[in-house]
Amino acid sequence: MDLQMMTFLVVGATFLLYIGIAVWARAGSTNDFYVAGGGVNPIANGMATAADWMSAASFISMAGLISFMGYDGAVYLMGWTGGYVLLALCLAPYLRKFGKFTVPDFIGDRYYSQTARTVAVVCAIFVCFTYVAGQMRGVGVVFSRFLEVDIVTGVVIGMAIVFFYTVLGGMKGITYTQVAQYCVLIFAYIVPAVFISIMVTGHVLPQTGFGATLADGSGMYLLEKLDGLSVELGFNEYTNGSKSMIDVFFITAALMVGTAGLPHVIVRFFTVPKVRDARKSAGWALIFIAGLYTTAPSLAAFARVNMIETINGVEQQGTPYASAPTWIKNWEKTGLISWDDKNGDGKMFYSGDERNEMKVDRDIMVLANPEIANLPAWVIALVAAGGVAAALSTSAGLLLVISTSVSHDLLKRNLAPNITDKQELFYARLAAAVAIGIAGYFGINPPGFVAQVVAFAFGLAASSFFPAIIMGIFMKKMNKQGAIAGMVSGIAFTAAYIIYFKFVNPAANVPANWWFGISPEGIGTLGMLVNFGVAYVVYRATGEAPEEIQQLVEDIRYPKGAGEASAH
Amino acid sequence: MAFKNEEDKVAYWRENISLVLTLLAVWFAVSFGAGILLVDVLNSIQFFGFKLGFWFAQQGSIYVFVVLIFVYMAKMNALDKKYGVDEE
Repeated sequence: MDLQMMTFLVVGATFLLYIGIAVWARAGSTNDFYVAGGGVNPIANGMATAADWMSAASFISMAGLISFMGYDGAVYLMGWTGGYVLLALCLAPYLRKFGKFTVPDFIGDRYYSQTARTVAVVCAIFVCFTYVAGQMRGVGVVFSRFLEVDIVTGVVIGMAIVFFYTVLGGMKGITYTQVAQYCVLIFAYIVPAVFISIMVTGHVLPQTGFGATLADGSGMYLLEKLDGLSVELGFNEYTNGSKSMIDVFFITAALMVGTAGLPHVIVRFFTVPKVRDARKSAGWALIFIAGLYTTAPSLAAFARVNMIETINGVEQQGTPYASAPTWIKNWEKTGLISWDDKNGDGKMFYSGDERNEMKVDRDIMVLANPEIANLPAWVIALVAAGGVAAALSTSAGLLLVISTSVSHDLLKRNLAPNITDKQELFYARLAAAVAIGIAGYFGINPPGFVAQVVAFAFGLAASSFFPAIIMGIFMKKMNKQGAIAGMVSGIAFTAAYIIYFKFVNPAANVPANWWFGISPEGIGTLGMLVNFGVAYVVYRATGEAPEEIQQLVEDIRYPKGAGEASAH
Repeated sequence: MAFKNEEDKVAYWRENISLVLTLLAVWFAVSFGAGILLVDVLNSIQFFGFKLGFWFAQQGSIYVFVVLIFVYMAKMNALDKKYGVDEE
């Protein structure tokens, strides 16, 4: 059976599985649709959270990025896992006790203000749309590369699947499909990594292979070899990065805090039955995420050595193009790798200086890895299914937040409080359908700035939601004036900095022009501090929150009496 | 009120905050401390095939994060029981 046939079968089988689950887990009420009836097992919820969180970017791009960044790649590794500690210790249990459906719900009730609720709704919708456009694109790219259908068809198929299980099942359908998608994506990630680890170092676990000696009999450590190669070829030493320490610090912090403030992640903790389950669920989620996140840097290092040795040859003299392995020729067709024989010797050579003759795209690392390592066709098919699972699971989670924000926060709690549960459910489904349509449009016609706006999403979440929620729980006297002023100034500051350097004057986007040496990716951390600072000053000037609000805050500080999540 | 008296409520919250702060100190120490601020110092120490600072930045901190959440879970469940505010 050829590769394409195999890929169709594997991807098709996973789609049937998702649809089957969706039919089984139909939503009957808004409670089902928003929070899966509040009855999700904490370990299953941990798995669903992991799939929700790990997007096409984590699955396809992250290892490749680290492979090219070396030590600096740690900003993603620590940033996208460390946020779960903040979530588990400072947010999830209290928000679960609070017992509402959404993040704007919390902000609106805690700060007794429709304005605060509206600010939160706008942020939530913006953050989610930013994210989801990239996911749909990811589905399209995987389809077009592995199944050789065009990107439009790929996106439409992806939309149809997500439409089916989101609109039908809501949070209930999404949760159980995400559990299945986690299993598919983690298996698809680990299997090739294990094969490659065995090949390069003889270790079964990629995490220990990372720090082991090479299997070629040289007795040299993998990282020692990689450092040596990097310097010889004119790159920075692999284990030392090129970013400044302050920038690494601020980017890591912005990603951590942003993670803890992302609405589609927070909302997952409303689906478990109890406060203690919310704590447990966050722990399990991080275990499931760590499975991929500790494998990724190992994979990055193996792939880097493999790629350099394949292109340059073991002796670092270059290999003749005529005898290049087939994967190089396969991926050349996609334009992700290209060779320009500058010195006319007919040999390929890859380096960080003027000797370089290769252009290698970062995304190739995970997708081409099975081919580089000569793994069987079913493994390659599995990687395709894993990439699609990662993109679909994240899109579904985001689309749900969008539809909930519209039907619940905007309509039920704001514009049309008298609609019945049935009507609200209808509007939720309608909003999900419209959101999928818009996301699909952006997937087919991606705005040129998708990559840029990802920094935006994290910066916004870090500088708006996170401080507002933290103060809402830990400072019972914080009032609405302080919270609103904080959110607005945090967002405005962060957005202005990012827009200036990314869109208005991209030419000025160099370390010399950055404030304190902080890049736009890391500015959310400063925005968060601005938010806290402004909120405190305004609060001191305007007086304490009303007594009944302070009572409400005291109530969410201990678990006893946590009921099901409810609308009122 | 779920607590026996006002003192219990204050004491419960104080113990909770001190637990959270302790765990966050560890969280900060392994990631921002060992992985970023002290990375150059720790890199002079060899840990299997890794430089120690690099290991903390790309592997070690993640393992510690997982342990922190489970420690928090166990300690908080015990604290809830001690003050009679658990969900059983």
